[in-house]
Amino acid sequence: MGLLSKKDRKLILDPLADDNPITIQVLGICSALAITAQLKPSIVMAVSVLFVMGVGNVVISLMRNIIPSKIRIIVQLIVVATLVIIVDQVLKAFAYELSKELSVFIGLIITNCIIMGRFEAFALGNGVWRSFLDGIGNAAGYGVILIIVGFFRELLGSGTLFGFKVLGDPVAKTGLYAIGYENNGFMVLPPMALIVVGIIIWVQRSRNKALIEEN
Amino acid sequence: MGLKQKLHTLKEKYKGTKMAPAFNALHTFLYLPNETTHNGTHIKAADDLKRTMNVVIMALVPCLIFGIFNAGYQHYAALDETLRLAPVANFFTWDNFIMGCWTVLPLVLVSYGVGLAVEFVFAVIKGHEVEEGYLVTGMLVPLIVPIDIPLWMLAVAVIFGVVIGKEVFGGTGMNILNPALTIRAFLFFAYPTWMSGDKVWVHGAVDRQKEIMAGADVDAISGETILGSYAQNNSVVYDYWDMFWGFIPGSVGETSKLLIIVGALILIFTKIGSWRIIFSTLVGALTMGLIFNGVVSAGWIGESSKFFGLMNVPFWQHLIIGSILFGAVYMATDPVTASQTNKGKWIYGFLIGFISILIRVFNPAYPEGVFLAILLMNVFAPTIDHYVLQGNIKRRAKRLKVKTA
Repeated sequence: MGLLSKKDRKLILDPLADDNPITIQVLGICSALAITAQLKPSIVMAVSVLFVMGVGNVVISLMRNIIPSKIRIIVQLIVVATLVIIVDQVLKAFAYELSKELSVFIGLIITNCIIMGRFEAFALGNGVWRSFLDGIGNAAGYGVILIIVGFFRELLGSGTLFGFKVLGDPVAKTGLYAIGYENNGFMVLPPMALIVVGIIIWVQRSRNKALIEEN
Repeated sequence: MGLKQKLHTLKEKYKGTKMAPAFNALHTFLYLPNETTHNGTHIKAADDLKRTMNVVIMALVPCLIFGIFNAGYQHYAALDETLRLAPVANFFTWDNFIMGCWTVLPLVLVSYGVGLAVEFVFAVIKGHEVEEGYLVTGMLVPLIVPIDIPLWMLAVAVIFGVVIGKEVFGGTGMNILNPALTIRAFLFFAYPTWMSGDKVWVHGAVDRQKEIMAGADVDAISGETILGSYAQNNSVVYDYWDMFWGFIPGSVGETSKLLIIVGALILIFTKIGSWRIIFSTLVGALTMGLIFNGVVSAGWIGESSKFFGLMNVPFWQHLIIGSILFGAVYMATDPVTASQTNKGKWIYGFLIGFISILIRVFNPAYPEGVFLAILLMNVFAPTIDHYVLQGNIKRRAKRLKVKTA
């Protein structure tokens, strides 16, 4: 690991587990509930946020010494908005169906608390390379949870993964459906996403007691 | 050496090991433990958690037995409509009883087996005694599901309900939502085709439907509930006494209003169920029924409306159709999830009845709203209590000020 120093590695690895933006900081929940009914949108969302966060953190970090602090939120908003529009247009051009499915939620990346949070808390005070790593790390931590939730919700709710019928055909009654298995309709509804995220938080904190907050 | 002493020695032997809670659980489940408190005076009362639970179970047993007979009766009556002409004579028969046991007892066994297994696992992990809370839940669950629900679905729902509804909050006494209703809500949203419609309430109806689809020449079984018929503006074939005695299709244990009233009296006289909640729930339901009747008689809604059928039900009939009575007596009164203050109980109960009928009428896709209303008010119960308490504190503070001034 000559490429990254120990400190830099921490920037990437911490948000993946012990400082995860969703399960520890409890940010970005809204999109985690909205688009995780299937695996594919979850992955697209994760990649989009990865792009916006990585580039956005770099841009903010580059400008950090010339942004007047009184209007820094507006500047940050403009940067995110620009990047989100790029993502949106790319999706519309190359994956139209998917972009329709994700609809407003790509646009709503602008309001994703994780992004503004990292700009404000990290990119404004750190160098370009470290800001980039921090952005990638946090977006990856967000994406990992999205993909885990999306995996379970699509598998148990629709019996598919990426649209492939991995558990058999529910109409023709093949595979698991032949012995009476049925899809869990609750999994497709947003409350179940909240419960799945809750279970991830539960498992994570019972494995690592240091994460449990005092109250 | 009696069984109690044997269990006690076993408990001493395994003290401190990982399996200790499991043995303790068995011991406390069957007998009062030998230990007594050593320091300080405590309130002495005979009704511990176990006795409380047992009284509720005793109040539920008549419903269960009736449900067993009714399961058989509905099955045979669906095959031979003439049975319905003399329900009383054709109800308490061995055929009905055997058929009912065959269908209902598996539900009871799965509910208790899975639920207590989850409780044991959590007791061992957390190292505390197993809690008796599941005894009542396990009895309620088979009574509030359709007769033909697949057993694996019930098992999944019980695991979900006990873990997410109760154990994550810290076990019996700490839960926000009624676990039995959490289980029903899970089934309802996860497997709606098994929880509503006109085929699930009579044993065998779903299979017959499949045979017909496959081209078999058999008569279809219609097992629509009364609410289902009203929701589709159809006429209802059962008369009011059938509804009151309980010779109608429905969830396993909620059809007989007479036996629910008997259960309610047991709960009220043993002071386990709050009569305030039961009474105010019924008042709330009647109020909402009267409002809807008023809307119909004022001519604001015509016969063409899809809500007409349910709105036009005479207000008092809302109490004998559907499960409002069962919910009011056994579910709303759950001391853990209900309001604790007396004034709060009135508000809590009234809103349950009020919202139940509201959902029942305006949600014809699933024409029953009692469990949703109770779950909703479970969430609001602490808020109601908070405002009742604050109101009391303020009033007394004012009185104090007047006195000192």
